Amino acid sequence: MAIEVKIPTILRTYTDGAKAVDGAGETLSALIDNLDGSHPGLKGRLITDEGSLHRFVNVYVNDEDVRFTGSLETTLKDGDSVTILPAVAGGSR
Amino acid sequence: MTRYESLIESLGDTPLVGLPHLSPRWEGERPVRLWAKLEDRNPTGSIKDRAAHAMITAAEADGRLTPGCTILEPTSGNTGISLAMVAKLRGYGLVCVMPENTSVERRQLLEMFGARIISSPAAGGSNQAVATAKQLAEQYPDWVMLYQYGNPANAQAHYDGTGPELLRDLPTITHFVAGLGTTGTLMGTGRYLREKVPDISIIAAEPRYGELVYGLRNIDEGFVPELYDDSVLTSRFSVTSYDALRRTRDLIEQEGIFAGISTGAILHAALSIAERVDAKGERADIAFVVCDGGWKYLSTGAYSGSLQQAAERLEGQLWA
Repeated sequence: MAIEVKIPTILRTYTDGAKAVDGAGETLSALIDNLDGSHPGLKGRLITDEGSLHRFVNVYVNDEDVRFTGSLETTLKDGDSVTILPAVAGGSR
Repeated sequence: MTRYESLIESLGDTPLVGLPHLSPRWEGERPVRLWAKLEDRNPTGSIKDRAAHAMITAAEADGRLTPGCTILEPTSGNTGISLAMVAKLRGYGLVCVMPENTSVERRQLLEMFGARIISSPAAGGSNQAVATAKQLAEQYPDWVMLYQYGNPANAQAHYDGTGPELLRDLPTITHFVAGLGTTGTLMGTGRYLREKVPDISIIAAEPRYGELVYGLRNIDEGFVPELYDDSVLTSRFSVTSYDALRRTRDLIEQEGIFAGISTGAILHAALSIAERVDAKGERADIAFVVCDGGWKYLSTGAYSGSLQQAAERLEGQLWA
């Protein structure tokens, strides 16, 4: 089961500069544990000590924000695309 | 009544128009219909007229703004243009802090309205513009920062205007889709509609930019607008430049609506929802926001050449 995970610039120090890495897991939580195995330290940047997603980190599965689809318990399937992005003020307001 | 005492009085009450060609099923027992709220029909051509007018009016009412004051705002576009118009008519100065990678039309418009522009580095995106404006506010305590990201009058404008207008024009509304920036449109309209139609879905579409825009040094420099309350939303989509452009073009080609690129992102999210509802065999009336027209984005190349070429040209630009 391969899931492509897009890594933002700011976290590429954990992936040797790779823009995207492959991971596995049936839930987002399992995927992040799996990624942390191959890229130690990554989990600590995404998840707080209390076990929830960091306030300034947004994670999307197939372009949909996981905070509205079950958060870390969001289920994943083969071929899903996961995108991690920092929360920013965005564009032209 | 279509006669008004001044330009400002004409804001709001924008048309809601159906999209019979892009909707999955326009007619029948279980229609899945899309409706566009044409916010480009506001005085300066964008939805931001509502927030700008409401924030200035609220600041006058509470005494923060007095004649001759200078308003300061981090804005790279429509809010600045809207504030500039209201400020001109009401006799205030305006200083806009904007990232340097914004389209030339917006700068020219702001300058015509008499606004002063202070540039912040492109690499810092809007985050840097917000930070720079906050520093300026400390240096110039007599300048009044309305601060669209945290000003309750921003959301209130939509609670009082956009929401009631939508429900009046579309009592069978099941979904509302809008762009997520300051979050004012979604918070205000969303709260109003949820009170009146408890099972309504409120859907956010946010632009996904090229990497430059996410150029933070540290995750802790991230930013979530003070107005944002995720309990108002049902779902939230991140839309790439490519998908936003594709839908912007669909809107012209199939429905004759010439909209800005952020509207394409919103339509993309609306269509995703429409397809899901349609697959379940349910009916839906999905209203979405047309934030502005396409005029201010012509120089970005969004409307010429292939989609792929246009998407590449947009890389690094703030298109919504």
